[in-house]
Amino acid sequence: MKTGARKKLQEALVSSPSLLWLGLFFLFPTLLVFVLALRPANPYGGIGQGWTLENLRRLADPSYLEVAWRTLEISLVTTIICLLLAVPVGYYLVRVSLKWRNLFLMLIIIPFWTNFLVRVFAWKVLLHPEGPIKHVLVFLGLAGPQTSLLYNAGAVVLVSVYTFLPFTILPIFAAADKFDFQLLEAARDLGARRSQAFRRIFLPGIRRGLFTAVLFVFIPALGSYVIPDIVGGPSGELIGNKIAQRVFVDRNLPLASAISAVLILSVLAPLAAVLFLQRKDERPEIL
Amino acid sequence: MKRSRLPLLVTIAVLFFFYLPIIILVVNSFNASRFGTGWQGFSMRWYARLLHEPEIWRAARNSLVIALGATALSVVFGTAAAFALHRFARSRLQRFHYGLVYMPLVVPEILMGISLLMAFAAAGVRLGLGTIFLAHVTFCVSFVAMTVLARLQDFDFAVIEAAQDLGAGWGTTLRKVLLPLIAPGILAGALLAFTLSIDDFVITFFVAGPGSTTLPIRIYSMIKYGSPPLINALSTILLTVTFTAVAISQRISRSKG
Repeated sequence: MKTGARKKLQEALVSSPSLLWLGLFFLFPTLLVFVLALRPANPYGGIGQGWTLENLRRLADPSYLEVAWRTLEISLVTTIICLLLAVPVGYYLVRVSLKWRNLFLMLIIIPFWTNFLVRVFAWKVLLHPEGPIKHVLVFLGLAGPQTSLLYNAGAVVLVSVYTFLPFTILPIFAAADKFDFQLLEAARDLGARRSQAFRRIFLPGIRRGLFTAVLFVFIPALGSYVIPDIVGGPSGELIGNKIAQRVFVDRNLPLASAISAVLILSVLAPLAAVLFLQRKDERPEIL
Repeated sequence: MKRSRLPLLVTIAVLFFFYLPIIILVVNSFNASRFGTGWQGFSMRWYARLLHEPEIWRAARNSLVIALGATALSVVFGTAAAFALHRFARSRLQRFHYGLVYMPLVVPEILMGISLLMAFAAAGVRLGLGTIFLAHVTFCVSFVAMTVLARLQDFDFAVIEAAQDLGAGWGTTLRKVLLPLIAPGILAGALLAFTLSIDDFVITFFVAGPGSTTLPIRIYSMIKYGSPPLINALSTILLTVTFTAVAISQRISRSKG
């Protein structure tokens, strides 16, 4: 009895710093966003008195719906491209000798130790109308002199893939590392074609890695702000830009809260879906 | 069994894709041309110009101070959290605790930034370096906790009981048994926290007041309004610092193993 009580006290003591801190600076602020979404703005850029549904009504504006739809579209396309590239890379990394594998893993991680803004900026330079990629494309006849590589949805997808690809490769590699490759050989011996064995045996075998990879791309892509801000232009604007505009351009914090509340809910949806799918398996990898 | 060459080709293409922008950036930092549209000869002028930008160095100092402070505090909180999560894994409190520690890792940065901004605005806290520090500790705690927790998974708590059976007090057990065993995990967590803090832009941008500039915020305004060659030069310096740090930490971990 006595040791049980002591253990409880010990647990409370060790847990309290992070519980209190994250409660105060993460949980409370997140819940506050939902509350402030129902408040009016005051003319000084602060939060007014009373309650209103005005912010939610303004979300139904076609311009917001268009941006929301584009955000979903760009996040989906980015996720799919990342998976298409990450699966072969993950597969290759597991099949190659340990020495090469470590070298390749290192080479994949190193660029991402550079500042995130710098990497996005580097793409802005590359895609610039006077930049090297444009010159090559024009030379090859693949682009006209008027084609713009920058400031459109395509540029946002390209830089998003660049940013999130390592976070797709690593979980897929980790899952493939645990995959028993004899299963593939068995499938081949039983007459499966190579593509069949890959699709029906390998992909299901690494599905937990695939789920994790999807979360690591899709969720941050939904909340993407810097990438569309620097290479997106008006036709590549995402929800994140709308939130930032309400905060920094017209200082309407309640409306920014309302948009953020929608974003929070749309982030929770895929998370819940993956957790549900994984629970049917074994113990989920990410939780 | 004959293997497809496709995975190899994709891997090489991906690596090319990863390094292309960085290589162009480094090369351009030595380009005399102001707009980087063609090679106009080797030049160090952009590096020289950096020396006359006191704003950049002030921002770098702010970043360093915040990163060191946030790392120190988040290592303490994060390690305690990991310890609790591991030791009392099955309790209801720890299940809630785990969710609370895990969520900041998946929530997009902009949401953490905006919600902290709202909390500070509602509480009437003045934005500045202080609020940046609070925000950085918040996301660093989770990363440290998860890193240390991963190392604790192979930790056998019987050694603690063994030490105590042999007469060691709590202080001795902590210093001589527990800390040396989990030190690599804590170090890895600290390194991660420091990197994340010094690199963070989005959350910082939302909770930074006027005049409180960190290096990423400075870089952002240079990208928006400044001159590209200066950013190239600054980025190349940052790259060199990162690579050196990584090389040194590799050397250290190798000599230990």
